[in-house]
Amino acid sequence: MDPLYREYILDHYKNPRNFGDLSQPDAEFEDRNPLCGDEMGVQIKLEGDRIADLRFHGQGCAISQATASIISDELKGKTVAEVAGLDRRFIAEEIGIELSPTRLKCGLLSLKVVQGALLGTDEWPSGTPDEDPDAADVARLRNEI
Amino acid sequence: MEAATAQAALPRAVEEVRADFPILAREIAGRPLAYLDNGATAQKPAAVIEAVDSYYRNSNANVHRSMHVLAAEAEALYEGGRRKIADLVGARPGEIVFVRNVTEAINLVRFTWARENVGAGGTVLITAMEHHSNIVPWQLLCAEQGARLEYLEVDGQGRLDLSDLDARLARGVKLVALTHVSNVLGTINPVAEIAERAHAAGAHLLVDGAQAVPQMPVDVEATGADFYGFTGHKMYGPTGIGVLWGRRELLDEMPPFLGGGSMIKQVEDDHSTWAAVPAKFEAGTPAIAEAAGLGAAADFMTGLGIEAVRAHERELTAYALERVSAVPGVTVYGPADAAERGALVSFTVEGIHPHDLAELSNREGVAIRAGHHCAQPLMRRLGVPATARASFAVYNTTEEVDRLVDALETAKSIFGA
Repeated sequence: MDPLYREYILDHYKNPRNFGDLSQPDAEFEDRNPLCGDEMGVQIKLEGDRIADLRFHGQGCAISQATASIISDELKGKTVAEVAGLDRRFIAEEIGIELSPTRLKCGLLSLKVVQGALLGTDEWPSGTPDEDPDAADVARLRNEI
Repeated sequence: MEAATAQAALPRAVEEVRADFPILAREIAGRPLAYLDNGATAQKPAAVIEAVDSYYRNSNANVHRSMHVLAAEAEALYEGGRRKIADLVGARPGEIVFVRNVTEAINLVRFTWARENVGAGGTVLITAMEHHSNIVPWQLLCAEQGARLEYLEVDGQGRLDLSDLDARLARGVKLVALTHVSNVLGTINPVAEIAERAHAAGAHLLVDGAQAVPQMPVDVEATGADFYGFTGHKMYGPTGIGVLWGRRELLDEMPPFLGGGSMIKQVEDDHSTWAAVPAKFEAGTPAIAEAAGLGAAADFMTGLGIEAVRAHERELTAYALERVSAVPGVTVYGPADAAERGALVSFTVEGIHPHDLAELSNREGVAIRAGHHCAQPLMRRLGVPATARASFAVYNTTEEVDRLVDALETAKSIFGA
C-alpha cells in the first residue's frame, strides 16, 4: 500500500470535511503555493479566543486538500495561542506521514492560511525535525520512492 | 519543410545516443530513469561535462586580459563557443551576446533598446502563451514607461489568433514579443509571418527561442526576428549561459546593459566609452567554462543533425499524443498534429491533480513536470490550475512513453478515477 496515497488520504481528498463557506466569519485568509498553484482559503468563527467553527475552500493536489480536511476537526476548540504553536510535526502526526521536501508545502498550506487568519502572519509554519532536516528529507525521498 | 525533415534519421541508434548521457544510467525507484522533463532542462552528454571539466583542469584563466598560454586557451574556448553557437543558428559571432539565460536576454532588451524605443503611449504586444520570463519584464517596462501591455489570444487548438493582428499592430505597437515554441502547448508559432507583419507596421520583434533551438533547425535571420534569445541548459549544454542574438545595427546603437570591466573602450574620470558588440553587453568575467560546454553541446547537436533530432522527437511526440489521448479521462492541450508542435505533451487527468500524477509517475522512475509551467496567464485561459507535462529529447524512446502511460493507469487505479 502506498504510504502517501492510502485510503485515509484519498477519502479526505474526495470527501473533504469542513469545506465550504461560513456566514459572517470572524477571520479569513487565502493563499496559494506559488510553485504549483495549490489554492487554499479558510473562514473561521471564534468564541472568545477559541476556534468555534471553520471552513476551508480551494483546489489543488490530494495532499493539500486532504490535509485541510484532516486537520479541520482537530483545529476546532483550539485557542489562537495553540494554533500559533502548531508546525510541521502537527501535520505529520495528523496525516500519519512525514512529507518529502517536494510535497511539504502542499501539506503545510492549510495550516498556513489558518495561522494567517488568526495571527495575521504570512510566514510558512515552522518546525524542524531533530536531525538535519535537509539530509533527512533527501534520505526519506530516496527511501520512499 | 516538415516533409523533408521526416526523412532525416539519426546517424546512430538511440541506444548509442543514450550511452552518451551518464545520468541515464541511474535507477529511480529500482527502475531505469525515464527522463521526460526536457522542457525544463535537458541532460548533458559526456562531451559537455568533459569540456567543462577540461577547462578547469587544464586551461582555467580569465579572458580578454593576460598574455600567458592558459589565457590564450581560455579565450579560444570562450570565443570558440560563441563561434559554434553562431554556426548552429545561422548567425555571425559578432551578433551573439552571452547572457545567463533567456530571462536575462529579455531583460537586457528591456533595459536598453526598449527603454529608448517604447515610450508613453506605446504598446508591447505579447501572447497568452508566454512564459513568465517574456511577460514580467514587459509588465515592469510598461509600468515604468507609461506604455501598454496587450495580449494576442490563443484559440481552442492552441494556435495564436492572428485574425486582427494588423489592426492591432497599427495601434502604436513598438515591440512584439513572443515565444517560438510554447513550453505548455507545444505550439510552433509562425514567427516569420508575424515578423513580416510587425515590421510592416513599424514594430520590432523579440522571439523567445528557449524551447525551439534545442529541437528544431533555427536560422535566426530567417525567423525575421530583431532579437532572439535561447539558453544553453535546454540544448544539452551547461546552466548559467544563454544567448541574446540581435541584429547588428540594433546592438550597435543600443546603450550598454551592465557597466563594468570588459565592456569599455576607455574609462575617463567622469565618463566612459564602450567596447564593440558583443563585449559591450558582457561586463565582468563571463561564464567561460559554460561557453566551452555550450560549444561542445553545439557540436553534439550538429553531429546528430538537427533535422534528425527533430524527426526523432516529432515521431515520439506523435506516439505520445496518440497513447496519452487514448487514456480515458485525459485531456491533452495544444495542437492535435505533431507536425505543428514541439516535443512535449501537456495533459490533465480527470479527478487527479497534476502534482499527484507527477509524484506517482516518479515512483515508477518516470520524471515528468507538473504545475503552471511559469505560464499562469495561459493556465487561466485553459481553466486549469496546473497541467502535467511530458517533454522529450533526442535520447527518449517509445518504451519510456509506454512507461508513462502505465504510470497514468496506476495513478488512476489508486485514485479510483
